[in-house]
Amino acid sequence: MKYGAGFASAPNYSFHKGKNLEVKSVLFLYLSNSSKRKIYGKGEVYMAKKAKLSEMTDMFKDMDILSLEGVTIEGDVEIELNGLGGGFDPMLAALLGQENAVLAQHFARLASMFGVPVGIGAPAGVPAAAPAVSPALAAPKLKDLIPAKFDFENIAEWANQIQEVPIGNTSADGGSRGKRVMLGGEKALPFFPDAVMPNRNQVTIDVFDMRIGLAKAVKVNYDEVMDSPGEWAKKNVEKFNADMITIHLISTDPLIKDTPAKEAAKTVEEVLQAVDVPIAIGGSGNPQKDPEVLAKAAEVAEGERCLIASASLNLDYAKIAEAALKYDHDVLSWTQLDMNSQKELNRKLMKQCNVPRDRIIMDPTTAALGYGLDYAYTNMERIRLAALMGDDELTFPMSSGTTNAWGARESWMVSSPLKEDSDWGPREYRGPIWEIITGLSLAIAGNDLFMMMHPTSVAVLKQITQTLFGSIEAEPVDIANWIGAEV
Amino acid sequence: MKINSPLEAYKYLPQTNCGECGEATCMAFASKLIDRSGKTTDCSPLIKEKKFAKKLAELDRLLAPEIKEVEVGVGERAVKIGGDDVLYRHKLTFFNKTKMFFDVTDTMEEAALVERVKNIANFKKFYVGRHLLLDGVAIRSVSNDPAKFAAAVKKVAEVGIPMIFCSFNPEVLKAGLEAAKDANPLLYAANKDNWKEIGELALEYNVPVVVSAVNDLDALKTLAKTFAEAGIKNIVLDPGTCPTGKGMKESFSNFLKIRRAGIMGDTEIAYPIMALPFTAWMAGISDPVSASYWETAMAAVFTIRYGDIMILHSMEPYATIPEVHMAETIYTDPRTPVAVDSKMYKVGNPTADSPVLFTTNFALTYYTVESDLSSNGIDCWLLAVNTDGIGVEASVAGGQLTADKVKDAFDKSGFDLKKDVTHNTVITPGLAARLQGDLEDKLSANILVGPMDSGRLPGFMEKNWPPKK
Repeated sequence: MKYGAGFASAPNYSFHKGKNLEVKSVLFLYLSNSSKRKIYGKGEVYMAKKAKLSEMTDMFKDMDILSLEGVTIEGDVEIELNGLGGGFDPMLAALLGQENAVLAQHFARLASMFGVPVGIGAPAGVPAAAPAVSPALAAPKLKDLIPAKFDFENIAEWANQIQEVPIGNTSADGGSRGKRVMLGGEKALPFFPDAVMPNRNQVTIDVFDMRIGLAKAVKVNYDEVMDSPGEWAKKNVEKFNADMITIHLISTDPLIKDTPAKEAAKTVEEVLQAVDVPIAIGGSGNPQKDPEVLAKAAEVAEGERCLIASASLNLDYAKIAEAALKYDHDVLSWTQLDMNSQKELNRKLMKQCNVPRDRIIMDPTTAALGYGLDYAYTNMERIRLAALMGDDELTFPMSSGTTNAWGARESWMVSSPLKEDSDWGPREYRGPIWEIITGLSLAIAGNDLFMMMHPTSVAVLKQITQTLFGSIEAEPVDIANWIGAEV
Repeated sequence: MKINSPLEAYKYLPQTNCGECGEATCMAFASKLIDRSGKTTDCSPLIKEKKFAKKLAELDRLLAPEIKEVEVGVGERAVKIGGDDVLYRHKLTFFNKTKMFFDVTDTMEEAALVERVKNIANFKKFYVGRHLLLDGVAIRSVSNDPAKFAAAVKKVAEVGIPMIFCSFNPEVLKAGLEAAKDANPLLYAANKDNWKEIGELALEYNVPVVVSAVNDLDALKTLAKTFAEAGIKNIVLDPGTCPTGKGMKESFSNFLKIRRAGIMGDTEIAYPIMALPFTAWMAGISDPVSASYWETAMAAVFTIRYGDIMILHSMEPYATIPEVHMAETIYTDPRTPVAVDSKMYKVGNPTADSPVLFTTNFALTYYTVESDLSSNGIDCWLLAVNTDGIGVEASVAGGQLTADKVKDAFDKSGFDLKKDVTHNTVITPGLAARLQGDLEDKLSANILVGPMDSGRLPGFMEKNWPPKK
């Protein structure tokens, strides 16, 4: 069965599901082997008698129709496309149906413009079939596009907003910071189209109060400033674009140098003077010593709204919370990969210690890529989803110790310890990407603040999270012909 | 999946508790169907007996995953993509981890082409007792010449890993299909201009096919629906992956929207999604390390948010290793902690004088300790104690790691501290130090408390081994 080329072309059109395309005019069909017959009506065909379209299908079934020629529009035609449903011969549908309807509509418009009948289907008046399709390929199954409209709905259950928490006091707030960092405020998962994300991700770069062992790729960036926390902090801000500084008072650990709290506090003062970005203050991780160290640090940093890191369930969190409140700081609520512990600690901070909601940030623990990131990722995603759906004990911004990525052997080992592994390549490129990917995955899970180390990691993480956030302007890249791209 | 309780699946089973599936009862089998650890084909009465045919068909319909599952390639390296039922992995688990295909072109020199394909096929990264692999090759027709493309396909096909044929020219794709009959490649791609011809190829050769519409979800859905109605079953969606700026944000949104609609029941768009981190190389990033980093970052983004299959370029280890780990991270089944068999393992070639250590059977812990020992050439005996796959610190706190459990593990392994070694000494993980007294009593052995981190075992051994009498 062959048919006129004029009908094989697919005009460029689109329409929406559920809407009927109505074309008003009268359609005459000239069949090649018959005299002129008049066809009109709404989805029905009048010939010798009233006939349905389906009957026409049957009628044409055994006919060797070579072409439909000289189809002419004269007056009104009504074609309801939804009448061309199941069981209808696609060939005839093509002849009488959708494409024809569009053509008819097109010409009907012309007709009404000119106020005269306009013929279609005369070979000269019809554009040739556009695509060069070999006959073997032109089977009828793929005759016309079946239009579909994509619908998207926001998640109705996301009714709760994440608490906004500021870090750093400017002179307007009674502090000396040059700017304030704002975390949280989300009403949806990060970068989702359901709601605008109000605050971008922030990166705080580590400073230690003593020279420590670092992966080689990290160390080369800091070697000359490692004996001076102030210089180190400056370099982080001026050269590596840190939004914040974290000063880790690790020398206070009784097993390291046992630096007294009072002396450690001087380092905090030094950092506060060296840079004017907001700062986070960390202890050594020793649960006996940290409360005392952090309380003293909070005191010397009074009014600067630092992030005190960290309160946890295995130390005197009340002492830390008390100091934070007394001297105007925020508290980092740290638990280990357990949502229920996180709820418990947040509850204790709020109910027992009276820490206001806008002073709590959570650190639910970061495990590195390949070393438990699946737990860390899902823990954060669950926490954020629970918060959005109304769990007020979890509605806080989150912070990640992204530097844990440097504990993964892939980030620092010279080569794989295993013979059967493919070559691991140069380690100086493995470490930074390990830190980037660890952080990036958590950014997508809901994390707001990143504690990081390698300058390249910081730069790339900022670039990609801010791209997803929507604040990076870039020349649009034409990806249509990526197949032929020269790479 | 349209049902979520074993009771609902049970209704369609023979309810004879015949046990042929390996479960004691039909109800137990029904639970396996619901958590997708069992398949209806495991129930032979249901499959064989005619009277159950209707029930089987209905049950299969109810159990079908929301996102269509599509297979690419043939043989043991064939890959499945899609098949998901949830938007967040903790709600069940994600199935069929993101598949990584790396590009070659039909303009490459033959030797370079073959070498690159072999590198892709042979890549291996050890992780918890097995190897993470790369999945396939995407052949880009840069020449737009059917003969050249067919020649490249022939070479790649010899290696035997899954392929994606990339061209918008039907003649090129047809030549590729003729060159690799029955290889079940994925066709990339049908778009608004060529969909009829590409669709016919997919039907004629019965291969999976990508429909592509950049940043136009109506058009994408229209193509998918048109193909589905024409009888094409294996469809993959390419909504476009823009590499920078607002374009990338839009691409990210599109992936979310498509998958959300699919999981929520819009079957017309419930197909696996293709991401193209490859486009990072078109973003004008001048130095190759930075371009590679950007590609890896894009790969991570779209592995996490719903990319089921992707085409990448950089084969640098600093790109591929994090990429395969990220796919593993997101697709690991969160319902079951990864565990190794609880038994006595030999690290290196231990003798009767070698140290004896124990750790938990949590795979991550076990393999970390094991590789810390083996990579430092420490020959020893390492016992994995069954802690239900929980790490040392948590299992000590939670009671899954006790002196009784350790003794039990020694007994079951058949290892005798009095006979098999000369020193009757056991080294505990530092994080299990509090078990020391109990262990001395239960094992009647000397107990040495090891370091908190197994990374410090070499230093510890230097100081403490052999033990002082």
